[in-house]
Amino acid sequence: MIELKVNGRSHNVSADPDTPLLYVLRDELQLNAAKYGCGLGQCGSCTVLVDGAPTLSCVTPIMLLEGRQITTVEGLGTAEDPGPMQVAFIEEQSAQCGYCIPGMMMRAQALLQRNPRATDAEIRAYLEPNLCRCGTHMRILRAVKRAASMMTGPDSTPSMRAPAAASTELNTSEEDSDVQRDRRHSEKRERPER
Amino acid sequence: MFVTRRWVGSLLWILGALVLGFVIYAWRSPIPPVDTPAAGSFDKAAVQRGAQLAALGDCATCHTAPGGETFAGGRAVVTPFGTIYSTNITPDPTSGIGHWSNGAFQRAMREGVSREGNHLYPAFPYDHFTLVNDADSSALYAYIMTRQPVQGRTPDNHLPFPLNMRVSIAGWKLLFFHKGPYEPDPNHDAQWNRGAYLANGIGHCGACHTPRNSLGAEIGSQHLGGGEADGWHAYAINADSKALEAWNAEDLHMYLSKGWHDRHGDAHGPMAPVAQNLASVPDEDLKAIASYVASVMGQRVPPKPAEKAPGNDTGAAIYSASCASCHDGTRPLPFGGIKLMLSTAVTGESATNLINVILDGLQPPEGTAGAIMPGFSSTLTDGQLESLIAYVRSNLGAQPPWTGVESAVREARSRDRD
Repeated sequence: MIELKVNGRSHNVSADPDTPLLYVLRDELQLNAAKYGCGLGQCGSCTVLVDGAPTLSCVTPIMLLEGRQITTVEGLGTAEDPGPMQVAFIEEQSAQCGYCIPGMMMRAQALLQRNPRATDAEIRAYLEPNLCRCGTHMRILRAVKRAASMMTGPDSTPSMRAPAAASTELNTSEEDSDVQRDRRHSEKRERPER
Repeated sequence: MFVTRRWVGSLLWILGALVLGFVIYAWRSPIPPVDTPAAGSFDKAAVQRGAQLAALGDCATCHTAPGGETFAGGRAVVTPFGTIYSTNITPDPTSGIGHWSNGAFQRAMREGVSREGNHLYPAFPYDHFTLVNDADSSALYAYIMTRQPVQGRTPDNHLPFPLNMRVSIAGWKLLFFHKGPYEPDPNHDAQWNRGAYLANGIGHCGACHTPRNSLGAEIGSQHLGGGEADGWHAYAINADSKALEAWNAEDLHMYLSKGWHDRHGDAHGPMAPVAQNLASVPDEDLKAIASYVASVMGQRVPPKPAEKAPGNDTGAAIYSASCASCHDGTRPLPFGGIKLMLSTAVTGESATNLINVILDGLQPPEGTAGAIMPGFSSTLTDGQLESLIAYVRSNLGAQPPWTGVESAVREARSRDRD
């Protein structure tokens, strides 16, 4: 038995010590946010946090994780009460197929926990290990900026209105604080060429 | 009394003469400044050849600060003696080398002396560049002088006394510097000689791959016998190479042009930008270097497998969960993992590179496809990392354990990482 602390709760898991964390999360604990992508630690869809650091759960055996704090998307908030990162990804409609999104959120969470004022370049560089094959990168970047401003803004509770600061760097001046108009604009700008 | 005073007097005279002699020896006159030559004044073919030579010499890697403008300098070169900052070599007249004539440039390459007559620190590897011939030096000058000028001073060096006095470099040169040009070896063919000229001259392979003495000079008797670079071990690429499968000229050519070889692994650490630069170098130059290095490696005896170590359950379990999916997989390089018994990082003389790669992984060069491996710095404790290394070294590399792994891990951990 190995004791794992996931999202603040302790679990005694029966899996072998060399079982990758991802399998334990999904099969034993029914925490299905982290996804199996490549299984080789190359795509990032299985990213979770271990003591605040982004960690590829598909190549991390649970024997390395005793006493460590593991956080998954389920630990960021619930469907009823989503956390800032989740709100931001929903508001920016960052998911296309959605498979990469939990990993993206966790890696972004790790960055913003350490540096909530990360620049665009820092966000891009930090998210580079995580792949998205649908091409929603611009929306993901906007969501991370939005989450950052939610976390640092004067009112840090999740808000459905986009704080003005969210649009200063990644977006152009046409962006305004109205979420609906913002969304229409971005859809117009980003519709892929067919 | 009288005799003693005469002795002291003579000693002072001799000492004075020695100091005077050294100052005369060390003195280099300034070369008059010239107006920055117009870009159009250079022969196009020379500029093109200069670009290839700059790639062979990996100039931009040292002469560019992280995130800075190419060739504008400012990158910290950390040496055991202190930190030296690379200079701005763009043709900017005030902060770069815009006022340098071709002659001044050539003197810097040949003798390690700036246009103003100051001795340059051998972090600028003029002990190699002295071999570069007139035509190549002029081509490199043509290429550098046709780059975008960038205005920007570089930080001052941090060196203790007396190394902060440039005259001290004249003493270093007196002891260790052998002026070029390259003398062809009649016992070898033209391709070998071209390879030796490029590898030991502009390519300055030995600057990393040859061990250095306590005064920072390469130890000639251990040419290409393995050295240190930027927290990485530069493997022995002479007969002491510890690769399980001996390299040959074809393997080396593929490795240098692609940055990886399926039975030797990927270029990583400071070799990664070198290989990236070499991709733009003409094939005949790379073949020449490969032919020369293969001959330096010669016929060697592959390392003898040691007894496999007794059980190491922790290391084996970490390997099977974290490493085997790639390193025991069927996907070929560069996107699959190398069989670790083939990797010199595992069979080599130092644990440093294996530690670095496990902690930080491998990232493909910015904007290109390449080998990728996740890093494990945030998941593995030092003890777990040491178990994994012991398992990989003994059970996969079949080599006797390294000594000093614990301190090497601590040192690698202490370096900046994200």
